[in-house]
Amino acid sequence: MSIHRITLTVNGEVDQVDVASNVTLLRLLREKLALTGTKNGCMAGECGACTVMLNGEPVNSCMVLAAECDGAHVLTVEGLAHDGVLDPVQQAIVDHGAIQCGFCTPGILISARALLDRNPKPSDAEIREAIVGNLCRCTGYLRIVDAIQDAAHRQEVLLQEAII
Amino acid sequence: MVISDAAAEKVPHPIGESVRRVDAYEKVTGAAQFADDLQFGPGLLFARIKRSPIPHGRILRIDTSKARALPGVKAVITGKDFPGHIGLYLKDRYIFCRDKVRYVGDPVAGVAAISEEIAEKALDLIEVEYLPLPAVFDPEYGVTSEAPILHPDLGDYSVVNFVFPKPGTNISNHFKIRKGDVHAAWGSCAAVIERTYHIPHIQHVPIEPHVAVAKMEENGKLKVWASSQSPFAQRSLIASALDISPSDVEVVAPFVGGGFGCKAGLSMEALAVAIATRVKGRPVKLRLTREEEFYTAFVRQGLVAHFKMGCDSEGRLLAMENRFYWDGGAYTEYGVNITRASGYSSSGPYDVPNVRTDSYCVYTNHPVGGPMRGFGMPEMHAGLEQCIDELAAQIGMDPVRFRKINCVQGGDILVTGMTMHPTGLSQCLEKAAEAIGWGYKDPPSATNKRRGKGIAMMWKAPAMPPNAGSSAWVELNEDGTVTVSVGGQEIGQGSFTVAAQMAAAALGVPYDWVRVAGPVDTDHSPYEWQTVASRLTWSMGNAVYNAGRDARHQILEMVAQAWGEKPEDLDISNGMVISYKTEESQSLKNIVVYGIPKPNDQGWTGGPIVGRGNFMPTYVTGLDPETGQGPRAVVHYTTGAQAVEVEVDLDTGKVEVLRGVAAFDVGKAINPDMVKAQIEGGFVQGVSTALFEELKLKEGVLQNSSFVDYRIATSADAPQEVEAIIVEVAQDDGPFGARGIGEHALVPTTPAIANAIFDAVGIRPGAPPFTSEKVYLAMREAGVE
Repeated sequence: MSIHRITLTVNGEVDQVDVASNVTLLRLLREKLALTGTKNGCMAGECGACTVMLNGEPVNSCMVLAAECDGAHVLTVEGLAHDGVLDPVQQAIVDHGAIQCGFCTPGILISARALLDRNPKPSDAEIREAIVGNLCRCTGYLRIVDAIQDAAHRQEVLLQEAII
Repeated sequence: MVISDAAAEKVPHPIGESVRRVDAYEKVTGAAQFADDLQFGPGLLFARIKRSPIPHGRILRIDTSKARALPGVKAVITGKDFPGHIGLYLKDRYIFCRDKVRYVGDPVAGVAAISEEIAEKALDLIEVEYLPLPAVFDPEYGVTSEAPILHPDLGDYSVVNFVFPKPGTNISNHFKIRKGDVHAAWGSCAAVIERTYHIPHIQHVPIEPHVAVAKMEENGKLKVWASSQSPFAQRSLIASALDISPSDVEVVAPFVGGGFGCKAGLSMEALAVAIATRVKGRPVKLRLTREEEFYTAFVRQGLVAHFKMGCDSEGRLLAMENRFYWDGGAYTEYGVNITRASGYSSSGPYDVPNVRTDSYCVYTNHPVGGPMRGFGMPEMHAGLEQCIDELAAQIGMDPVRFRKINCVQGGDILVTGMTMHPTGLSQCLEKAAEAIGWGYKDPPSATNKRRGKGIAMMWKAPAMPPNAGSSAWVELNEDGTVTVSVGGQEIGQGSFTVAAQMAAAALGVPYDWVRVAGPVDTDHSPYEWQTVASRLTWSMGNAVYNAGRDARHQILEMVAQAWGEKPEDLDISNGMVISYKTEESQSLKNIVVYGIPKPNDQGWTGGPIVGRGNFMPTYVTGLDPETGQGPRAVVHYTTGAQAVEVEVDLDTGKVEVLRGVAAFDVGKAINPDMVKAQIEGGFVQGVSTALFEELKLKEGVLQNSSFVDYRIATSADAPQEVEAIIVEVAQDDGPFGARGIGEHALVPTTPAIANAIFDAVGIRPGAPPFTSEKVYLAMREAGVE
């Protein structure tokens, strides 16, 4: 098994790591970079718990080889809040009580962030579609959908305030 | 909407307030730790399990020599190393198989290695030779005399005194109800209906798979870190299996990423423990793969349910005769109590004078049955609540009215002879019917679709030993803030938040002053039986409240002494001690740890404040083994009703749940928003089980062990709206009148959907899942166009 030296930016910080060719991005994050917020739910790309943003796109990190990530920008749940201030999607999930066990939450947050980055005013159907790959067994999704809708509004308000 | 009979009664802050979850911030930032997130350093070993590929057979030979020789392998163990039995209610399980395998997936050997990959490779090098034996795949066949006996030693297994195995058969529990005279009653019935339902096995599917890490020290002390609903029960069962003291076992249980029952009792954790005993000083981690999760973790048992029920011409239920054959699987250590629970609740939430029930737990060569959200109630209500609709139709009565006439009320003599406590079931029924717009039909969204509405009721009691206990500590910190310690687990249901609310209310401090100590650790947390049965808000809530009152009492005694007043003239409000007599006040800050100085430097009064509290029901009695009768079968019943509106596609058979309404009597909603979240989440899980879920077992082999093949509801399947209605009829021994609400939310969903499908297209889909294919074929057969 060959070893690859890669350089990648995770949550704004540049890391250089040696990874075996069969190691997934999920394992790299959890086992080498100690970023355990990203969860392992199926190792088969079917549950969405390991969703991270790779170069701005949401991906199942269990389906991406770490060696392919040389030069990549990765955003995980740990990178959403800044200086103790939660991202609007995090704050909305908290305020809507859209959390129970919390195991799917990191993946949902990343899918939601990716959605709002490309579509700041999503419809209910677009939100449901954006998180259709993130399985949640506890909440029934309704509060999550409401929270993401609310996050879109909050984000708009924040942007307007920033412009003013 | 909250409907309460105690609206005028004042409750202290923050009871009845929808305060934010205590664990919300950690869970949105990735900081919340789950078992797989804990770090163990380079000494960590990884375990994998060699499992039986056949459903029933004798082990002729196991050769582990090649696996042992593989570099990186540290231990290979088999059943011959561990003779002790495990099991919660009936000790019918070995940690590793010894002489026989009884299901596909039964563990025959375990490997510990320096990586998961090497451990996996080692499994292939273990040679096992089996002699296949005839198997049982149907519980009704399993009880016949032709069936092979799967547990010839059943008579030797140790068992609790409320479970009744029948040695020499495959019946590991037979629970009977004999109330009134069913046979005499049939003659008085104007309508009688008989139906059979085959309820499939399903899986819990928490998004977090099972994880356990075990480490045994050279001196025999054992530490386990696990994704667990039951750290204390696991401590006890592990100690008993290894023949060591529970005090030499420490179980640490961080946040649980969904449990729904499958992480209760002791299952795969025992495998990690057994392996760890052979590599002392090294932590050993076992993670179930998602595939293993589907067929080796507890499954929800299959059920073959025969119902016969009859009513008079006025619609009064006169008799019920039920036979339940539970497909308990290869080991029924936990399932025996599901058999019992469904027996003592077998009338459903109805007042029925004559009931005869036989509930059998039957060994089969299927995956191991265990507790799942609802504990037998969803399976039983799925058929029972469809029969009620059919019976009402036979006498030409509206199903809501039929339920109204027959629903159980306070003072009724229940199926076990117990007297029902006050309950708001009829209010739940009325409110659910009203909210769904019962009797009105909206036009379908397209010409090839049909709309329908359906309703169903439910009841469920916590199923547990009569003396399941809780305890709690409430400690004050230097600045007056409060740390609560509990042994009950946070599995997503919000138990830590409820604990914080109880402590704040009992003490008289603001909610945001309270922290909950985690993770639960049997060496550092107070005892809790298990986080199951929707019992924590009620039982643990009482313990926390009592601990808070104990701490409050200590504070008031101290201040009274310092001020020369009587404690009864003092109060704590918003974190201040106040005197109603002198109007003096004092912040809790400083005094609750350091005490209060006496005047003129003459010493000190008080000391660090630590409150302790416990709770255990003491009134539950045994039931007669022949009649199932006794004064008090259970602690209480949570009741409720659900109504749904569905749309059925005539071209495809696809059922879409448009809207759900759920009303439950929770006694008192400690946190109304979290109650609603439980109801919504449970409803959608109910929709998922009703429409999609079934473990497809073929000769004991699971055919659909992935999320692709075993579909659960996604965001696209959730209805547009779920309305939760809270009814509050107080529980006499609940904290502030509270009863549990957790499992209940999915119990009536399946029959409500089935009844709505009938209302829409006139076919009865029978047993779930109501897949497009099943509904389409049923419509074809019935000539629905």
